[in-house]
Amino acid sequence: MKKYWSFFRIRFIHGLQYRAAALSGMVTQFVWGTMEILLFRAFYESAPQSFPMEFQALSTYIWLQQAFLALYMTWFWESELFHSITTGNVAYELCRPVRLYHMWFVRGLTVRLSKAVLRCMPILVFAWLLPAPYGLTLPGSFHTWFFTLLSMTLGLLFVVAFGMVVYISVFYTISSQGIKLIVTSLSEFLSGAIIPLPFLPDGIREFVNFLPFASAQNVPFRIFGGDLKGHDMYTSLLGQVFWLAVFLVIGQIMERNALKRVVIQGG
Amino acid sequence: MNSTRLYEKYLLIHLKSMMQHKVSFLLTTIGQFLVSFNIFLGVRFMMDRFKEVKGFSYGEVLLCFSITLMAFTIAETIFRSLDTFETIIGNGEFDRILLRPRGSLFLVLCSKIELTRIGRLLQAVVMLIYGIYSSSIIWTPVRIMTVVLMIIGGVAVFAAIFLIFASICFFTLEGLEFMNIFTDGAREYGKYPIGIYGKTLLTICTYLVPFALFQYYPFLYLTGKTSDSWYSLLPLAACLFLIPAGLLWNFGLSRYQSTGS
Repeated sequence: MKKYWSFFRIRFIHGLQYRAAALSGMVTQFVWGTMEILLFRAFYESAPQSFPMEFQALSTYIWLQQAFLALYMTWFWESELFHSITTGNVAYELCRPVRLYHMWFVRGLTVRLSKAVLRCMPILVFAWLLPAPYGLTLPGSFHTWFFTLLSMTLGLLFVVAFGMVVYISVFYTISSQGIKLIVTSLSEFLSGAIIPLPFLPDGIREFVNFLPFASAQNVPFRIFGGDLKGHDMYTSLLGQVFWLAVFLVIGQIMERNALKRVVIQGG
Repeated sequence: MNSTRLYEKYLLIHLKSMMQHKVSFLLTTIGQFLVSFNIFLGVRFMMDRFKEVKGFSYGEVLLCFSITLMAFTIAETIFRSLDTFETIIGNGEFDRILLRPRGSLFLVLCSKIELTRIGRLLQAVVMLIYGIYSSSIIWTPVRIMTVVLMIIGGVAVFAAIFLIFASICFFTLEGLEFMNIFTDGAREYGKYPIGIYGKTLLTICTYLVPFALFQYYPFLYLTGKTSDSWYSLLPLAACLFLIPAGLLWNFGLSRYQSTGS
């Protein structure tokens, strides 16, 4: 356990170095968040009765999405990992007395956390200072805070576990281009990154809610805004646990199998 | 050899080199298509739920979206080298370009022609056709001309932004990520007529960066929201944005000191 912890620390400090990139990313996210809210306001003013959630809950959703973009972005890949598999450099990793799956899992977790830590606070504070329906609304009860944090953790672990499956699949396919393409285009929409899932039409929405991608940002951000509560919330949390477990198991089985027959290409 | 012939030659070379990696080209093209298809789905489902936004129907929004997307895609295909200008400066490629007996800007443009964007262009064309069919616009020669002008104006505005972006690189020697707000942001949020975002943003997009001049005002005329036909000529005014951008490029070029690599 200790070795993974030190690996986590090294990577985390490494990630914190990119401050200029973080600043620039923050500016972009402020603008993005503002534009999203202006867009949804236009729809709200056109037909408020068709709006599937409180406007406040939506604003909260958008700001959390911008602040924690780094945690839940499904289009982010470390090309170094793909590269190490295709070039055979992964052999060096395999020489180490640590398990590949665990090490890469920690790595994926750290990259996202260190990016998010640098960016989230200014965005959250800014959003919190905005006037009522457009800003971030903090929930009153301790209960909501607790479940949001729990759900955020589960969502993050799920995104990392899902990413691991994609990385390891390259052991079988060698080329990463195809899988990256399919996963990126599917997951963006299905995780609620383009429009929040409650805005999907009936029928499609219920179906998408069953898919694993709904377990990422969709659940915690809606709990925090008060849109998801009571019985539905518990079901969604269970769904998160279920999909996390499924992808952890698939990833580890795939890793075991891949390493059993791994052929290092080239010298 | 004149410039057009030279450009054709470069285009052919880019085409040939890309065809060496056919699978990669195909996958990238599909990727381009799918990513913007996601954005289309977002629009589709939102319009499905709300029926109209600030008086614009689904067909009208699609028309607006396709025009913006097409303008952006054409601009990106031709001017992609300016978007990644920091690499050309950083690896010394620009110093080599300066030694050649042609305009430096022309040669920079020739150095990269991003043909993989055809996937996105295809989608823009399909949406344009669908938008033309499904919106209740009565088509007159003036309106058809308006669409063409909107696309030309849009390409000019995006080209000017790419040029400004590259000119700044002369001083900073690295790319500024937040400039993406004006390119990717405009493509992303230009899917709806700019007017729906409220007065403040419309003012910014009229006087500061003239997105609204090619996208919103002529679109009002196109959809019959205004009968003032002068609005259809505003994209030409948007083209004037190229002048300050060109001046900035020349200024940056005169101050350019190589990175020494």
